[in-house]
Amino acid sequence: MTRVASERRERTTGAERGAGAPALRQAQGVVSLSNHASAGVGGSGGAKPPGNEMSRVENVSRRQFLHGIATTGAFVLAARVLPSSLLAGQEPAFRTQAESSPLNPSVYLGIRPDGTVFIVTHRSEMGTGIRTTLPQVAADELDADWSRVTIEQGIGDTRYGDQNTDGSRSIRDFYEAFRHAGAAARAMLVTAAAAQWGVPDSACITRNHQVVHQPTGRTLDYGALVPAAAKLTVPKGESVRFKDRTAWKFVGKDTATYDQKDIVTGKAQFGLDVFRDGMVHASVEHPPVLGGTVRSVDDAAAKKVRGVQQTVTLDTFKPPHGFQALGGVAVVGDNTWAVLKGRRQLKVEWNDGPHASFSSEPFKKELVATVAKTGKVHRNLGNVDAEFAKGGKVVEATYYTPMAAHASMEPPAAVADVQGNKAIVWAPTQNPQAVQDTVAAALGIDKKNVEVHVTLLGGGFGRKSKPDYCAEAAILSKKLGKPVKVIWTREDDIRHDYYHSDAAVYHKASVDGRGKPTAWLQRSAFPPIASTFAAGVSEPASFELDLGLIDLPYDIANIRAENGPAGAHVRIGWFRSVCNIFHAFAAHSFADELAQAARRDSLEFMLDMLGPGKVLDLKGQGANYSNYGAPYDKHPVDTRRLRRVLEVAGERSGWAKRKSGAGRGLGIAAHRSFNTYVASVVEVEVDGKGAVKVPAVHMVVDAGVIVNPDRVRAQMEGSAVMGIGFARSAEITAVAGRIEQSNFHQFQVARMNDAPVQVHVHLVDSTAPPTGVGEPGLPPVLPAFTNAIFAATGKRVRELPLSKTKLV
Amino acid sequence: MVKLTVNGTSRSFDGDDDMPLLWYLRDELRLTGTRFGCGAGLCGACTVHVEGQAVRACQTQMSALQGKRVTTIEGLSPNGTHPVQRAWEQHNVAQCGYCQTGQIMQAVAMLQQTPKPTDADIDRVMAGNVCRCGTYQRIRAAIKSAANGGRS
Repeated sequence: MTRVASERRERTTGAERGAGAPALRQAQGVVSLSNHASAGVGGSGGAKPPGNEMSRVENVSRRQFLHGIATTGAFVLAARVLPSSLLAGQEPAFRTQAESSPLNPSVYLGIRPDGTVFIVTHRSEMGTGIRTTLPQVAADELDADWSRVTIEQGIGDTRYGDQNTDGSRSIRDFYEAFRHAGAAARAMLVTAAAAQWGVPDSACITRNHQVVHQPTGRTLDYGALVPAAAKLTVPKGESVRFKDRTAWKFVGKDTATYDQKDIVTGKAQFGLDVFRDGMVHASVEHPPVLGGTVRSVDDAAAKKVRGVQQTVTLDTFKPPHGFQALGGVAVVGDNTWAVLKGRRQLKVEWNDGPHASFSSEPFKKELVATVAKTGKVHRNLGNVDAEFAKGGKVVEATYYTPMAAHASMEPPAAVADVQGNKAIVWAPTQNPQAVQDTVAAALGIDKKNVEVHVTLLGGGFGRKSKPDYCAEAAILSKKLGKPVKVIWTREDDIRHDYYHSDAAVYHKASVDGRGKPTAWLQRSAFPPIASTFAAGVSEPASFELDLGLIDLPYDIANIRAENGPAGAHVRIGWFRSVCNIFHAFAAHSFADELAQAARRDSLEFMLDMLGPGKVLDLKGQGANYSNYGAPYDKHPVDTRRLRRVLEVAGERSGWAKRKSGAGRGLGIAAHRSFNTYVASVVEVEVDGKGAVKVPAVHMVVDAGVIVNPDRVRAQMEGSAVMGIGFARSAEITAVAGRIEQSNFHQFQVARMNDAPVQVHVHLVDSTAPPTGVGEPGLPPVLPAFTNAIFAATGKRVRELPLSKTKLV
Repeated sequence: MVKLTVNGTSRSFDGDDDMPLLWYLRDELRLTGTRFGCGAGLCGACTVHVEGQAVRACQTQMSALQGKRVTTIEGLSPNGTHPVQRAWEQHNVAQCGYCQTGQIMQAVAMLQQTPKPTDADIDRVMAGNVCRCGTYQRIRAAIKSAANGGRS
């Protein structure tokens, strides 16, 4: 088998970047693009052309996920494995440049004698900037010259530890490992230099890719020290000293995204951009109803389409669906257009199966009815019933949010090349190890024979943690005996997603004379993610309830959290921030409703409900709280930090000075998720026709130590945009088991003209351990938005999307 | 046989007449900077220039391109030096980056016709280009920066 270099790099000079910006970039060549056309500059002017002119979870930690799923016994993910060696004597199939370098103290880092530092990012880049940010951490401890750093993308390999890039935990879980990689290399280089000079290590410091002998000012470049340093033992564990915070040079500094140049020139390579010699294209007509099977296929017309080679009927999965291929009929051909056109000519009759009875409207009524009844108790503090029985004033409300699709801009796509008992896959995946597991299971081969190359991801949001599309490519490649690219259309993506579940949430509180709750009951019902891994399950895995239900942060004497059953009839999966979306929407809307009922200021009221702040003792209250897989002593629920982000949001938005009413309003909400604290203030203007504009959103985030402030701001900006768009229009519905929406005209997402005009981000200065920011920005935005609409119009939005509520 | 010019190079195409320009660029010429997002003219990820005008490559059939000049992101400038590309880098606009080539091609076409766009102009023209990561604020800032000769 011909080995194709997984990564091809080039460097550009610092002059191509702005002042002070890192000079590095990568021509990320996941595979060679043969037949690449020569590029020149085209002409301009002339007549108007044809064409359209639209200017118109482990989101959840893996461990908790396993814990939750393991109870069902239905699905076993590979256990979390810390870096270890491959089997003795076995040559790795693929080697990174880092591990091919003489000085290779870590799977994440290697240094060549020319001084080039290779840093491997094993987490997937879907837009958070993690491919830049983790290397910053290692480069800082190494005291490297960033212009001499080359970033590589790791293949799927348990030696890297967990690679499931979701749950906002890349920085949280790998910050220390990358610090260690850099610091260990630096210590070895110092020792090598000191030995060469015959001086103690302690007389040497490092300065920008050099070791310096302080008394004499002699210097040695890192590259020159590589041969000697490579002979030293890699220092382990606590013997490695980290830099003092005051000496950090990359951590805490805005750093340009490594791939930015390739992105703006079109060179960046996503999954759809992979081409292999001899490759055919394929696109699959999936059963319209989950679990449906092919009854009959008439492919005569499809095969007459120019470029169509054949069709292949694919088996429907055996429940539970997990990450298995959906089944259906693949059209295979010479190019993408041929197979897409061929699909339109394909006539397939389906056996729908039992999920054809599913329709969203009656299902919604069931969910709402479920939360009106007592559910299973998951947190119980004090005695809610006794407090309610006192007969004081009670406030209650029921909220509903619909299903939603991820709709990443790059639909699912993958290339697989299966030869014998070996498979190579190139894919935009959040979880290359799950690709190994899934493809191995689909082909009946050993996982270690599945080599997975991770391209850039054109968005992920949780969808691309589920590698069903990779299984399709692998199955087809095996059947056809050649490399196959599978492309999902936007319609496939929206009709066959792993959906964010619809949910009903009920809240009830008894309040004292100042309107402050004396008891608070909340109850949710939603088709669970657990159903993806255990057929027929209607109760969530425990982690799903930890996402904003059982961790209600308010300091109230009596709290009960319950959940009711809900069956799943489509594939349910984790979507950016997962159950926090509906739990936070309901809880912080209700907090605002309580404030309004008490005729008190919402911010002042929320702070009063939080009290002075403390670390919540959820375990002491009998709650089995998984804390996003993080150790509770290191990342506790600390309501002082929630207070702080609320207070800063109040200050930054000028909350106290702004008047709401007459079509203008401010709304506020704060939520802790993924161990990170975020407050949002949303400003709205509602005109006489009920059209809502969002002039500004203020986002305040406490994520502990911040590695790349610019990317944290970017995640908060994006979360504000997605959150407003989600509240405005995100809605997936089914009739007779079939999803009604198909493309962006029906499943609408935020656009330039309806997005917040300004998102102001404030980062709370913190020395707390670093946590992630990919997801936590989203949950508070939705209730802050609808609270603002209440402030502006007096209309309470209890159901999303916003179009369900008449504002005028 | 359709004869056209792509990024200054003469090309001839004798495939399926109704193949959209998008798939010709991507599959035949391997100019993959033009992205597939929706296939229905709803998202703008495949925006290219035909005779200097922004069009959606997924909605432009090859049969309509006889004698036309097509410019893709790869042909926009040597080495990514177009002022709009520079502005995008300066503002570190991209998150995942998938839609950004289409955004840039749309923005370049807008600035050619409207060198000093207002916010309303930007809203109107750029509303056809979806960014699921939500980088609109930086796109707006980068467009204004480019319109202002590189100053923010």
